Parts: sequence; structure tokens; C-alpha cells
Amino acid sequence: MTFKIDRRDLLKASGAIAATLAAPSILRAQAATVKVGVIEPLTGNLAYNGTQSAAGAKFAADAINAAGGIKSMGGAKIELVVVDAQSRPEAAASAVDTLVQAGACAFTGATASALGLASSQAAAKHNLAQVFSIGTAETIVQRGLPNVFRFTPGVNKCTSVALTNLKLLNEGSGNSVKTAAIVHEDGPFGSNMAKIMKEELPKQGIEVVETISHPTPQRDFSNIALRVKASKADILIPSNYLNEYTLMARALNQQRVELKAIYSILGGAASNIKFVRENQEVAQYVMDCNHWYDPTKEESKALAAKVADAKLDLTYDIMVSYATIQVIADALERAASDDRQKMIEALAASTFDGSIMPYGPTKFVNGDNVNSQPVNTQIRGDKIELVFPKEYASAEAVFPIPAKN
Amino acid sequence: MSSLILPAVLSGLMMGAVYALVALGLTLIYGVLHIINFAHGSLLMLALYAVYFLHYHLGVDPYLAIPIVLPVFFALGYALQRGLIAPMSSGSEQNVLLITLAISMIVDNLALYFWTSNTRTADIAYAYDTVEILGAYLPLGRVIAFVAALAVAPLLWAFMAYTRTGSAIRAVAIEKRGAELVGIDVNHTYAICFGIGTACVALAACLLLPTFYVTPQVGYTFVLVAFTTVVLGGMGSLVGALIAGLLLGVIESLCGLFLGESLGQIGIFLAFILILLFKPSGLLGRAR
Amino acid sequence: MRLNSVGQIALVAAAIAYLLGVYFASSPVWMGFTINALIVAVIALSWNITGGFGGLSSFGHAAMYGTGAYASAILQVKFGLNAWIGFGAGILAGAAMGAFIGALAFRYGLRGSYFALVTLAFAEVLRICASSFEFTGGGSGLQLTLAPGIGNLQINDRTVVYTALLIVVAAVMALTALIKFSRFGAYLIAVRENEDAARALGIDTYKIKVQAMAISGAFGGLAGVLYLQLWLFIDSTVVYGSAVSVEALIGPIIGGAGTVWGPLLGTLGLHLLGEGAKHLLPNAPGLNFVLYAIVLICALRFLPQGLVGLAGRVGPFKKKENDNA
Repeated sequence: MTFKIDRRDLLKASGAIAATLAAPSILRAQAATVKVGVIEPLTGNLAYNGTQSAAGAKFAADAINAAGGIKSMGGAKIELVVVDAQSRPEAAASAVDTLVQAGACAFTGATASALGLASSQAAAKHNLAQVFSIGTAETIVQRGLPNVFRFTPGVNKCTSVALTNLKLLNEGSGNSVKTAAIVHEDGPFGSNMAKIMKEELPKQGIEVVETISHPTPQRDFSNIALRVKASKADILIPSNYLNEYTLMARALNQQRVELKAIYSILGGAASNIKFVRENQEVAQYVMDCNHWYDPTKEESKALAAKVADAKLDLTYDIMVSYATIQVIADALERAASDDRQKMIEALAASTFDGSIMPYGPTKFVNGDNVNSQPVNTQIRGDKIELVFPKEYASAEAVFPIPAKN
Repeated sequence: MSSLILPAVLSGLMMGAVYALVALGLTLIYGVLHIINFAHGSLLMLALYAVYFLHYHLGVDPYLAIPIVLPVFFALGYALQRGLIAPMSSGSEQNVLLITLAISMIVDNLALYFWTSNTRTADIAYAYDTVEILGAYLPLGRVIAFVAALAVAPLLWAFMAYTRTGSAIRAVAIEKRGAELVGIDVNHTYAICFGIGTACVALAACLLLPTFYVTPQVGYTFVLVAFTTVVLGGMGSLVGALIAGLLLGVIESLCGLFLGESLGQIGIFLAFILILLFKPSGLLGRAR
Repeated sequence: MRLNSVGQIALVAAAIAYLLGVYFASSPVWMGFTINALIVAVIALSWNITGGFGGLSSFGHAAMYGTGAYASAILQVKFGLNAWIGFGAGILAGAAMGAFIGALAFRYGLRGSYFALVTLAFAEVLRICASSFEFTGGGSGLQLTLAPGIGNLQINDRTVVYTALLIVVAAVMALTALIKFSRFGAYLIAVRENEDAARALGIDTYKIKVQAMAISGAFGGLAGVLYLQLWLFIDSTVVYGSAVSVEALIGPIIGGAGTVWGPLLGTLGLHLLGEGAKHLLPNAPGLNFVLYAIVLICALRFLPQGLVGLAGRVGPFKKKENDNA
């Protein structure tokens, strides 16, 4: 594993990347194109989520183009302009300049709230709409910016739905869960989530016996596992990123922590198929309340197949990013123009209900889609099944975890 | 909480051994070349990938990868110092610092490009195994790393004290011009030293992989704490790095237990600042 | 700002031409990226005071940058004070943090790489504190209320922002020149060249160094406040992260440490290089940084004294006496 990279490898690799990312531009000769921006962190510490999201956007653009492009614009093809936000707010904001110069009509992004806050504020000066794929911080929709459209739920909605679903599950099991331990990363979503949980859980008869916050990265989870064990909590509610979740799952197993359930909220791992494959034993029956597509839709199945063909992991980043491009395409269809102001108006009036997400018709109120909702998933075998809400479910929830023999 | 103190101290010692292993190479390079090597974390990441791919593609156990990875990384370190850092820096300390920064930028981003940002964990049969010591369950991989650190630091010290190459390295570290005059090839000795430092990082990677994950960013998880370890132990002191690593592991673990994991990190850096202010030469370092 | 050679005059003229050219380029990308570069130039000028003139290479200038930004943000968000008050307070807080770090570090005679590491540790401690306390917004960071207007120091028109930043950078450079050619500056340079000799001549080197850290801290705090007012959002990694500390030192070293023009020239050059790399490798995120780093290494090989030093060797006016600009 030395530095040996020969020229041919490099050319081959860059050729492949160029081909995948530039695919829409090859079609330019056939029909007019309309440019849609994608601002995602492709480098830096958020690179994994950003790269997945960019891939999701590309799958969506390909699907829309294959189905005839934007019909009201004479079958114009969507051409994605992907810009790296480098996991830094000022780079996300500068990326907006690149989009404006390239003539993008709207854009999607940007994985982390800090990046999205910066990009949407910069875009407001150009009247350029941002459809948020992921942006859980509530401040995103509280600034009164007319160009902000958050398609997916924020941290408040995610947490309250998670609480409602947990209540239903617990009632169904004869209220077997009475105490909870919360382990969360100390960033915005983890801290917010923990605050709401601590207020709301006691109202449904669950006592919070331990709350532990940890930084990202956290190198060792032994202490945390021991504290969870000592708290004798029935249920563990974690909210952290994939790397930390992996280490935590191991430590819980190694310290022989017995839990009735693991119920994560916007957890990085419990809805990551790679984690499931690599840690099947400890991953079993873990539940997550997160963004997820409606697996029963034909288009969802097609997406899953394409993602598998591309040898990528099907994560929620891909799903939501795919859906936001669908939302933008619908707005383009109705605006019949790539004018930025017309796009903002079209998005504001959106009633789109054809996305792959299990949402009602889109309705933006102050930029927040009121008909979005997170769902509950559960790891079963080597699959991630949707268990809540019932109308989209692909499996029945198992709660609490059945006792080991 | 009090029943957790003993397990916390033990798991702190285990983690501290990893810090010591990462810091050994860093302190060696600092002690001899007076280089703050900011590429150290990136080299650790590169070594973790090497061990991971050896396991993934060829089924080589991470511990059995040691005799393969160590020589390769020794050569890599030698080449980096001889072929890049020495000729490109024009002898300026600031420039060396920037070159190591640039190297880390290159390595990190090439890793991102070729291996993507996916988190990878080695699928090893004993990844979840534990050893029970004084009623505490310790991950097997960490216990092995602990024992290895205890063995390697004195071995390396003995190498420096009793071999010809070791004494040449020490001579160059103390008095470069004098060493030159008695016929020591300084450039070669510097490169040897950088090579050994890099091989130490590779060893740390072999011992770390079974209990950790790999991403292109993983080096940063360890590099700041490795710097702390080096300063605390006394810059250039191998045994100091071992003691300091273990101490920091325990400080971090106990602070985490009592102050919370987020704020507990401050324990490490407060120790860092205090030692710099009151005993800048570190626990076992020579006076400046 | 004495320029001592044809090369240096040409270099400075090129930079000024570029900065004025941005007005006419009517390109949002150039404008946006030059605005970012100018803010980085302020933190680079801050580093230059201690790292360039005083020979005290810090690896933690984020400590001052972040403290300035946080002080202003806390006053505005938590106490509802006006942005202009926050602006002044941020500069003062940066200066205080600089003086504090300096006073502690120099009391025990830390220098060289020890000083570099202690500043790094301070920045890290501050980063962890900022992400751990409710007071600083914890992990969520602090978001200023969006309220454009000169009274709130939030300017929508980017040409105005750009002009204001040009004036700020020019002012900081003028102050740098004043310092350099003052008695204080001469003392500081004496400390860099030979601290023991300086002390033997009766210079209170401790006081000089702490004062230099305070001035550097004020500039650093200023850069942090500028960042805050431009993007209205900060969190612990954004302003206390080691990326800031790297940006602070890389520009002056490439441009020419201990010169008035070096930090600006180096920062502009590096940002242009980064932008160029992005355009050369548009579809390969990450590889642009590789190209950037390779050029950086080569630049270090050929620019041991930075851009200003290199230009100084092109057509010098008189025999070498002071080849700094």
C-alpha cells in the first residue's frame, strides 16, 4: 500500500468519474438542458454522506431524463452541476456562486445544517431556491428566507414522531419498558434530540436514568457501555454517526449490556446496510426513526436495483437526495422555465406527491414541508425493514427484543 | 459510579497503550529530526488501509500482517524523508512543517479518491472477544495492543542504546555537525530514523485495526492526542511516550466518567498545557 | 512599505491589479472567492505579527480568531447587543486571548516548536469548551438573526462587502507597516534574531512578546468577527478548528513571513492556486487538494523566502541591506 499510482490507473479512475458525473452533458446535443445544482460535502469529514447524496441526485436526474426530461420545456434534460462544499460553511456558500455562474435554476443540499445554513443564506442574495435534502436544525426554516424549502422533517418532528411510535410500541408490549438511557453525539441534532427526549419521555411513563453525550470522534465506548449497564436501563436511545455507532455496538456487546430494545433517532448506523452486514449479530432488532423511502413504490424498487448495480450502499442520503431532485423536476415542469424567481414561486406552490418518500402531498409552510414524516426501521437478518407507519410497513415490528436462548 | 472506577482505569490503560504506540514514532522523529510531523496521522490511516486490504483481499490476519507491513512502511518513511522532506524543505523548520502538512493533504485526499469515504471494519472472528481481568471485560484486541506497547517501547529504547545504528541516530540528534565530522552519513541516518518512526505507526495500525474502523479521516482521531503524548513524555523519549500514553488514557477515561465524555476530552489538553507550562521538558525529557 | 526591487514592485502591482480587476470581472465566483481570501488574509496578517516579525510560530491562531467570533456572537445572540458593539468586543476579546496565551507561554520561556504546540493545545481546549457549554450554543453553534442593514453590520450588496474588506485589509497592512518600522517593531525583530542579545541590550523581551501576541490577537479577533458578520453562523469546528490555524500560517510563509505584503500575496496566491486546481480537476473532488499540495511543496522548494523574497531578487535597487518589503 505505498504511493504507487501509475498514470494509467489515474487516467482510468478520473475517466470513470468524469463519465459518471458528466453523463448528462453528453446528452446536450439531443435536447436543451436545464441546470440543477447539487451542493454536497464531497471531501472532509462529511464526505461519506455528501458523496452518497450526490449519487442519489444523479440517479434521480438519470431516471427523469430517461423518462423524457422536463416535458413542459420540450423534453429538456436535467444537467446536474455538482459542487463540493468541502464540509466547510464558507465553501458551501462559495459553491452557490459557482451555481449562479453556471446558470442553475435551483439546487439541493447540503447534508449538515451548518453547511445548509450558509448555502441558503448566500443563495437568498441571488434569489436561488435551495431544496434541503437533509437539514435537521430548526433554525434553517426560522430565518424567513423565501428561497428555503426543507422537504424532509427537522429534528423536532423526527423526535416527536419517534416518541409517538415508541409509545405505541411500548403499549403493545404491555409497557415493558420503564427506564431509558440516552447516548448522543454533542453536535446539533444529538443535543437537541436529547433535550426533547428528557422532557417528553417521563410523560409516557419512561424514566430517563442516564444521559451521556460524547464528541465526534469518540475513540472508546467502554465507559459509556459500563454506565449504560450500571443504569440498568430497559431501552437505549442512541443518536450518533456511523463510526461511533459501530464502536458503541461492539462495546455494548463486549460489556454484556442487556437491553430490552435499542431505539435510535436519526442514527447513522441502524439504517445503514453496510453496518448491518458487517455487524449482523449486534445489529439484530435495532430500531431507528429516520428518513427512509416508501419501499412499496415501483420507483423505489428501481432505485434500489440501480444502487445495487452501482455497488453502492442504499442509505437514506441517496433516498432523500433522489426525492429532492424529483421535487425540483416537478417545479420545473410547472414553471416551464429555468428562471430562478419562477422556480421559487413554483416550489412554494408545490403539491407534489409523486416522490419516493412516504409523504403526503408536498406543502411548504414557511419553507418547511408540513407533510413530511420520518419512519421507523428495524434490522432483521441482513435487511432493513420498514415497520412504522403501518401503511408503508414491509415487516411487523418486534419489540422488545426476544430473549436469547 | 464508584464501582466503575476500576474498569474505567483498566480500559483507560488499554486505550492509552494505543496512544503510546502511535506516539512512539512521532517522538522518535521529533527527538532526532526536530520535525513536527503533521503527516503522522495520515500515515497511520494509510497503514490501517494497508492492513485492512491485506485482510480483506488476501485473508491475512492483522497480527500476521506485521512482518509484511512494517518493512514496507519503513521503506516508505525512508523515501519520504530522503526523497521529499529533506530536499524540498531547504532546511527551514517552517517549511518542513508545511511539507508534512502537504503530504498529509495528498495522502488523505488520494485515500478519499481511491478508497472512498466509506467506513470499513475488518470482519475478524475475535473482534468481539473479551478478556476478564479483575471483574472487568476488556476487548481482546486492546489487551494484545497493551502487551505489545509494553514490549515494544523498551525494545526500541534498547535498539537506540545498544546498536550501531542506534548510536548513530543518537549522535545525529545531539550534534549534527559533530556526527558528520566523525563520518556518519547524516541524511541516511535521518531517513533511517524517519523510516523507523513510520514503521512504528504501521505497527500501531496492525494492533489497532481489530478494535477500530478505517476511514480517510481516521488519522485525526489519534494525531492530536499523540502530540500530547509526545510532549507529556518528553519530546524524543521513548519510555516517556509509553508512560505518558498510559497516563493520558487513564486521565481521559476518568475525566470522561466524571465530567462526561464531551467535556472529559479537556482533561487531555489541560494536562498538555500544564505540562508545557510547568515542565516543558516532559516527564522523562532532557532539559531544553 | 518600502519595496526594494523591480520584482517586488511588479508583484505588488499585479496583486493590486487583480484586486481592482475583481470589480470589473462581473463574476460572482471571483468576487465570492476573493472575499473569502481577504478574510483569510486578515488572519494571515495576524499570524505575521508574531510568526513573521517575532519568530514565534503559532500553530493555534484559531484561538484568537474563534474567541473574537464567539465574543461578538454571544453578545449579539445572548445579550441582544448591537453588532457594532460585538465587533469592537470581538477585537478586544481576541487581543485579550492573545495576551493571555502569550503571558502564560512566555513566562516559562517557551519558544520554537514548544510554543507552536502550546498554542495548538489552547485552540483545542477552546474548541472543546465551545462545543460543551450551553452558553456558547454547544454543538449547535450560534446563529445571528438575519437582519440586513449597516446598523447590524450585515451587508447584502457584495460589492460593498468587498470594498469594506479591501479597506480593512489595507488598514491592517498599514498598521503592520507602522509596527514594523517603529521602535517596538525593531525590538520584536531583535527578539526573533537573537533573544539573549536583545535582553542583554536592555529590552524587556517578555513584555515585547506579550504585546506582540495582544496585537496579533486583536487582528485575529477582527478576522473572526468579519467571518461571523459575513456568514452569520459559527460553531466550534468552524472557528476554533485547526484548519483556521493552518490557513493563518500558510499564507505568510508562502508570501514571505515578516513582510508587510507577504501575508496578502501568499493568501491570494494560494487561493488562486486552490481555485485553479478546482477548475483543472472539476469532477474529481479531493484530487484538486492533491494538486494544490504538490504545487505547495514545489513552491517551498523554490521559494525559501516566500514570494516577496523571490521577487526581491529580481532587479534589486541597491545592494542588499533590507530585502523585506
